[in-house]
Amino acid sequence: MAEENSIYYTEGLPVPETPEAGESPAFWKDTDIVGKRKPRVDAYERLSGTAVYPADLKLPNMIYGAIRRCPYPHARVTRVDTSKARNMPGVHAIVTGDSPEARDLKWSYQDYEGPLFDSHCRFEGEVVAAVAAATKYQAHDAAQAIEITYKELPHLTDYQHALEPDAPQVHDKGNLVGRDTYERGDISTGFSEADVVLDQEYNTACQIHTPLEPHGCVANWDGDYLTVWESSQGVYAVQSELAEILGLPLTKVRVIGHYMGGGFGSKLAPGKYTVLATLLAKKAARPVKMTLSREETYLCVGNRPASSMQLKAGAKKDGTITALDFSCRGPSGAYPAGGTALVDWLIRDLYTCGNVRCNSEDVYINSGTVRPFRAPGHPQCSWALEQMMDTLADKIGMDPLEIRLKNIPTISQGRGVPYTSTGLKRCIEEGARQFGWHEAVKQAREHNSSKSHIKRGVGMGSCVWYVGGGSPPATVIIRVFRDGSVNLNMGASDIGTGTKTVMAMVAAEELGVKPEVIQIEHADTATTQYATPSGGSKTVPTESPTVRNAAIDAKQQLLEMAASDLNVEASDLVYKGTHIVSSKDPAKRLKVTEISRLKKRGVVVGTGYRGPNPENKTVNPFAAQFCELEVNTQTGQIEILRFLGAHDSGRVLNRLTYDNQVFGGIVMGIGFGTTEFRQLDSKQTGKLCNGNWHDYKVPTALDIPVDMESLPIEINDPEANNTGAKGLGEPVTIPTAAAISNALYMATGVRFTQAPVTPMEVCRRLSAHKEA
Amino acid sequence: MCSEHNCNNDDQQSGLSRRDFMKFMGVGAMGVSLTGTSMASGSTPQPPEKILDATDSVKIKLHINGREHAVLVEPRWTLLYVIRESLGMSGTKIGCGRGECGACTVLIDNQPRYACMTLAVEAEGRHITTLEGLMQGESLGPVQTAFLEEDAFQCGYCSPGQIMAVEGLLRQKPDPTLDEIRIGVSGNLCRCGAYKHIFRAAQKAAQLKRS
Repeated sequence: MAEENSIYYTEGLPVPETPEAGESPAFWKDTDIVGKRKPRVDAYERLSGTAVYPADLKLPNMIYGAIRRCPYPHARVTRVDTSKARNMPGVHAIVTGDSPEARDLKWSYQDYEGPLFDSHCRFEGEVVAAVAAATKYQAHDAAQAIEITYKELPHLTDYQHALEPDAPQVHDKGNLVGRDTYERGDISTGFSEADVVLDQEYNTACQIHTPLEPHGCVANWDGDYLTVWESSQGVYAVQSELAEILGLPLTKVRVIGHYMGGGFGSKLAPGKYTVLATLLAKKAARPVKMTLSREETYLCVGNRPASSMQLKAGAKKDGTITALDFSCRGPSGAYPAGGTALVDWLIRDLYTCGNVRCNSEDVYINSGTVRPFRAPGHPQCSWALEQMMDTLADKIGMDPLEIRLKNIPTISQGRGVPYTSTGLKRCIEEGARQFGWHEAVKQAREHNSSKSHIKRGVGMGSCVWYVGGGSPPATVIIRVFRDGSVNLNMGASDIGTGTKTVMAMVAAEELGVKPEVIQIEHADTATTQYATPSGGSKTVPTESPTVRNAAIDAKQQLLEMAASDLNVEASDLVYKGTHIVSSKDPAKRLKVTEISRLKKRGVVVGTGYRGPNPENKTVNPFAAQFCELEVNTQTGQIEILRFLGAHDSGRVLNRLTYDNQVFGGIVMGIGFGTTEFRQLDSKQTGKLCNGNWHDYKVPTALDIPVDMESLPIEINDPEANNTGAKGLGEPVTIPTAAAISNALYMATGVRFTQAPVTPMEVCRRLSAHKEA
Repeated sequence: MCSEHNCNNDDQQSGLSRRDFMKFMGVGAMGVSLTGTSMASGSTPQPPEKILDATDSVKIKLHINGREHAVLVEPRWTLLYVIRESLGMSGTKIGCGRGECGACTVLIDNQPRYACMTLAVEAEGRHITTLEGLMQGESLGPVQTAFLEEDAFQCGYCSPGQIMAVEGLLRQKPDPTLDEIRIGVSGNLCRCGAYKHIFRAAQKAAQLKRS
């Protein structure tokens, strides 16, 4: 053990006051570590190649899994013959719907429960059989050698026709998953008060998550104890689902997810592939690695559903929104999965409006099911609402900023309770100032008065995110060892958002140590504390107050221990990081590492729990984004010149990773708005036509502006939680596409209501406009 | 979608050409010839000395990060598969297995290449550098350090490929322009969208390498 403990504790780092037991900690005023630009604590592992992602894991005797999937969008499996495959080289195990270990297993989609292997395949990519073999190649060969006979059934892949009487039926009870309605005020009164009423249809295409690491896992049994390394956003969610499906107690299912290569919502839960890996591993008595191919990830692990939206809106000449009437249709896929989930939220909540009506209609089609995708429903709704706001502004001769500022709500109208804080107004005002909005508008208009076929536009959009305030439950443990080093133990996954780094910074701030000396254990159901999955932009606002509570608990215990050494009351003592000092008599001081009970016990264990959210209030992040672009009216090429994201996500915990998140959300929004769409061959085979990165375009380094700026709007929000942080990961991608479309309107005078706006779409619409 | 370095397969200077590849594979979809020299640039087509079944194994030597590895491979195994699964070097990632994302980018004779589009048998006799080969002992190399300091990643899964693309670029162009950097990493997808920080990291890496 080091004689000087400076390797762990840094002399002179200010430390926040320790609250009395049972009291809430004071809101941080100034911070020394939190909020700074701090490279990630796990950067070395991720950049040296030592980080082991589930796709990288290699266990002794490990073999490889492969899945044979239904090639039709709708078919019945009539025969599965594995006799040839069984005898192929390297094959260890095959599982089908007839296998005893699989026959009784169930798989659920929301309230729908069906067999794990369903001979009625309702989407292309449904599992029919799975193989484990010595090499990936052998597994693939054997899977392909399984002889399967199908009876093809009529398929439905165009959701717009789902409810027509002669539409092929995905389920016996019809193609309607469900309807949702919402109403406040009186819509007809609202429209009668309006000076301008507009009615417009908007459409967005189906977007696929496609994280860089394909979905996958490694499954291993030690007797009847199962361990699964899953590429996951939430190990506890995977554990509970696997335990339920396999009929095991939670303690017999250990799920580990230290590293994962992106999820964006598609890895909140396990897949059928996970269950198949566990069955194959059991049967083969060997660990099995099951990594999906890229094509498989396009078929069966989620998407952001397409949406067809109709929005009728009324406004007075002064910009007051008098009525919003919104309807939406979207497809869940082959099973109930939230085809229209939250698509109407911005209508309900973002701008002040007394008269609102929302109708949504979720339908079945023969395709893979929806999974939550970064701000479910919101970018779709933003596409409609933000364009409508601009169109209304245009009609009444108002600036797009002004009409939004005119309608800033003071309460969350969708819930009828106040926000703990709202930065919507500041995001719009300060974002516009930083962006140079008025100047940019002026310049674009001047530019467009020339004869050039390159037109320029600026556009903006703002948003709220449905949640983003975090919530209980969460438990975190912080251990202070006798040499003063610190271990932080939490169950949350770091999905690339920098969770580990941010939590180390919070612990370091509270304990007066450097973040890099904190060892982090996370995302393991056997050894780390309970956490809900990293999604909903809730990890930071859920875990950071919990980490703070754990650190405070450790400090309180250290003060108690030091009090008996120094013969004073613990309440007289101040925790100073390296030392504990009496507030009354500065001579009475003790190094933390010299506390006798700490030396004897070896460790102090601080436990933190996530406290409740404020009652009758809601915690939400807000944002406004601004973009400038040029469009070539001859080729349809859009060049986005710059973007600015002004985000109110409460306190910024790490400016470096914060900015990265803002830029990343904008990039994904650029994809949603301009490049990405799932193409199903609706008229003929019903199959996916572009299930790969060649044919399905995600933004590359050449498709995004170099000039991207992040402007945090930090508002003290002690009511939100004890760190004042709100979620960021989702709002960053909500208004992006709408801002682009609004800029395109300024550039061309044409409303692009169909996302994505590809060069072909630009040309098509501009020609139509010219002819009209 | 694709950068110069990944599409420029007809450049005889930069490794295996598409024509040579077809020649090499010309014995049929399930067979592969073992002429030994078929990768050599500009060689005239020779009839194969031996035709192997795809599942037969052959012994090859791969020169990776300055070390020679003798490995038994099936001719159809990709360089990526052998690096990851036979040799256990998991720094090189698999994202698509079909030459679209660049997560598997390695340097072959200093050129960035998709290891998923390169058969292991093709890579024999070449100098292969993977992410691990950029380490200086236990320390990160200059490009890796720049990625750390500029936070040029989120989930980190595309990072090995991005880093190798930048490394390959800087070996050819020690002082690249921003546009050259963007083109240099345009064959490497980052779904987290950390591109802006990747550009900055590439600029910083160029500085670090010069100093």
